[in-house]
Amino acid sequence: MKLLNHAKAGTLESGDVFITVTPGEELLIRLDSPVKQQFGDAIMDLVRKVLEEQEVTSGTIELSDQGALDCTIRARLMTALERASKGDVS
Amino acid sequence: MSRDNKVVATLSDAIRRSGLKDGMCVSFHHHLREGDRVLNLVLDECARLGIKNLKVNASALMACHRPILERIKDGTVSHIECNYMHKALGGPISKGALESEVIFRSHGGRPAALTRGESVIDVAFIAASTADRAGNCNGREGKAAFGSIGYAMPDAEMANHVVIMTDHLVEYPLSTASIDERHVDSVVVVDSIGDPEKIMSGTTRITRDPVGLLIAGYAANAILASGLLIDGFSFQTGAGGISLAVAHYLGALMREQKITGSFASGGITGTLVDLHEEGLFEKLLDVQCFDRDAVASIGKNTMHREISASTYASPASKSAVVDHLDVVILGATEIDTNFNVNVHTDSNGIIMGGSGGHSDTAAGSKLSIIVAPLMRARLPLIVDRVSTISTPGSDVDLLVTQFGMACHPDNDELRLRLLDAGLPVFSMEALKEKAESLTGIPVRRLPEGRRVASVISRDGVLLDTIKARV
Amino acid sequence: MKRSLLFIPGNRPNMIQNGLVLPADALIFDLEDSVLEEEKDAARTLVASALSSLDFGSKALVVRMNDMSSPHALKDIQAVVQAGCESILLPKTEHAHDISELDRWLDTVEQEAGIPTGSTSLILLIETALGVEKAYELAKASKRVKALALGAEDLAANLGCERTGEGTEILYSRTRLVIAARAAGVEVFDTPFTDAYDEGGCFLDTVFAKKLGFDGKLCISPHHLAPIHKAFTPSQEALENALEVQQAMQEAQREGRGAVALRGRMIDMPVLKQAKRVIQWAKASGMLKGEVDDESGQ
Repeated sequence: MKLLNHAKAGTLESGDVFITVTPGEELLIRLDSPVKQQFGDAIMDLVRKVLEEQEVTSGTIELSDQGALDCTIRARLMTALERASKGDVS
Repeated sequence: MSRDNKVVATLSDAIRRSGLKDGMCVSFHHHLREGDRVLNLVLDECARLGIKNLKVNASALMACHRPILERIKDGTVSHIECNYMHKALGGPISKGALESEVIFRSHGGRPAALTRGESVIDVAFIAASTADRAGNCNGREGKAAFGSIGYAMPDAEMANHVVIMTDHLVEYPLSTASIDERHVDSVVVVDSIGDPEKIMSGTTRITRDPVGLLIAGYAANAILASGLLIDGFSFQTGAGGISLAVAHYLGALMREQKITGSFASGGITGTLVDLHEEGLFEKLLDVQCFDRDAVASIGKNTMHREISASTYASPASKSAVVDHLDVVILGATEIDTNFNVNVHTDSNGIIMGGSGGHSDTAAGSKLSIIVAPLMRARLPLIVDRVSTISTPGSDVDLLVTQFGMACHPDNDELRLRLLDAGLPVFSMEALKEKAESLTGIPVRRLPEGRRVASVISRDGVLLDTIKARV
Repeated sequence: MKRSLLFIPGNRPNMIQNGLVLPADALIFDLEDSVLEEEKDAARTLVASALSSLDFGSKALVVRMNDMSSPHALKDIQAVVQAGCESILLPKTEHAHDISELDRWLDTVEQEAGIPTGSTSLILLIETALGVEKAYELAKASKRVKALALGAEDLAANLGCERTGEGTEILYSRTRLVIAARAAGVEVFDTPFTDAYDEGGCFLDTVFAKKLGFDGKLCISPHHLAPIHKAFTPSQEALENALEVQQAMQEAQREGRGAVALRGRMIDMPVLKQAKRVIQWAKASGMLKGEVDDESGQ
């Protein structure tokens, strides 16, 4: 997947994760989470895995987590990536 | 000041008359909750008078007591004993704001320690919403009325010097007194002992969250299945949304089965007042009023009785209310595979609570039930070992979550009754695995700094310690 | 058996997770009316992810797709079928050709996912006058159709009538749907009760629907699950009758008799079917705790 535009997905509701994706030169992943200590590593691993699957090698991915489960993080990230690869400037 | 008039002009006078010196212990109750002005007022005055290294023995410290951190910085306060500490204070203390260790007790353990001489109060500052010139006082009347003054009664009886602080002085004698003049040394009139808006949280509310209601429904059905729900039944529950929902569902079961309970106890809320007024519980035994409905009820109803913390839960009393309790509903931040419960610290080991009456009621009751969601925002409730033991597992009978319940292995009879009733019973390990199958296995890094608190059991024994998070 | 089918907004992770524990018989993950247009893609991905990763136990898993005229419809199907959705709820059903087209999409999607063809069933949501008029024809339009369901709020708008508590304005639509469903040999579910906190009202509404012959009720609030299940709890008398019928049937089978008799009267298929339903309802509400043998498969 090639990132063409800035995009976002998810919400700040409990159990959700708000993700923004921005095209860029380097790969930067920023995680803000109330469970960073307990699940920070696991979440980062999951994000890297999805990026690898989608062949995304650069860009800034920012996650504002509210205790989302893996299936939610994966879904929101996929949606953000798909929206970012559309080329929409909205 | 004379024997028939103990009113002194200022707080400063009262403090001087008390003989309060460096290193002594002062006490406060928390019946004014987040509206309290008294604790801060007294400590500020002590600071002005240059008194240092005071030990503060408060039944609980709330967020509004944050200024105590300033008193620690300027050396006025050097030690703290309490039964509960709001995270607004717990956070900084966990990071090392206090050099000495906080002593955490329970609502029953605090008066027991006084009785046994393990802790000593030099000067008790007791806020009362109405008082007379001799110090007869109560919390049921006056503009800042808060209801029961139960936590202050042991202080009045056992402190070396007692100062009553009120914003409503009435003619002698106050015949509706909860604290008797024979214990009182002086009376100070202040503009306001507390903000009435913040003293009471209006009405406490039953949760509307469907998962919370599910947990409450399971708990009520567990009580029914236990065989304890018969005439003469006694019950206690907390003020949280799920705890109140249990009372609500229990009320429905009692109505249906035409059961009359003997008493409901503890922190009293409108929900329990309603059940009592309907005739489902004959008496209310009140150590603390949580809302306006409870305050109104205690003011007008002789079956709604105020009780001292000693009567409520002290193991040093010849008997206490908790010893007569059939069922108590409690919460938890964490519970481990040995059923030990933590209500002192969060998943990161930071102080944000305390036992309150948790360990007392768990110890005294026939059936202690912990109600809690299996995970809170991805954090699992069940851990291998709690970061702090507030209540030992041997006093905990049942955990009820939305995914099912776990019965203490020593309580075979209960487990069989629950299974017989078709309730979803699992082992604690199975529930833990269920949570982890959803959340993943959390990485736990507990605080490893110096000791910042000791948790003392109601019997005066060291139960656990809390370390600093640096 | 689906006494209750609970709608879960498809873009709300917290509510999807609640679906793990709420005691509904079926969960309907909604991609349609409860999801904003600009979030349709997010909801679809979230529901598919949840279906494939989370264990919802024995609850039936249904997805309400966007209607066949929507640009999202095919993508909805492609995402959720391979994720483990068992039934599709098709909103605003009016034309048999839409059902046929959906049928073909499902054939393709099932094949691509390696699932046996025909595994995904359809529930048709009837929400318009035309839908009510053609209900029988629509129910017969595909072998996948297993149930009809009534959506009275949109229907009332379409009919130009006012929705009321006692529901006279939808009475004909309700009974018409029951007739169409029975004639077509499929199940039928009643419209959701709309006042989220009026549990008493929901109970009465469900009792009425059950009287009319509905198999279950669509549900828009978890607070309605208890009253719906209570309404479907048989009386002790009804249960005893049903158990008698079941016993008579089992005896007949053991003795190799084709005809089943009870108290001198022949019992025919519909009565046997109803007895089965009553026993299932009784089991679901905890009235029978393994005291009775499961009836032999029929």
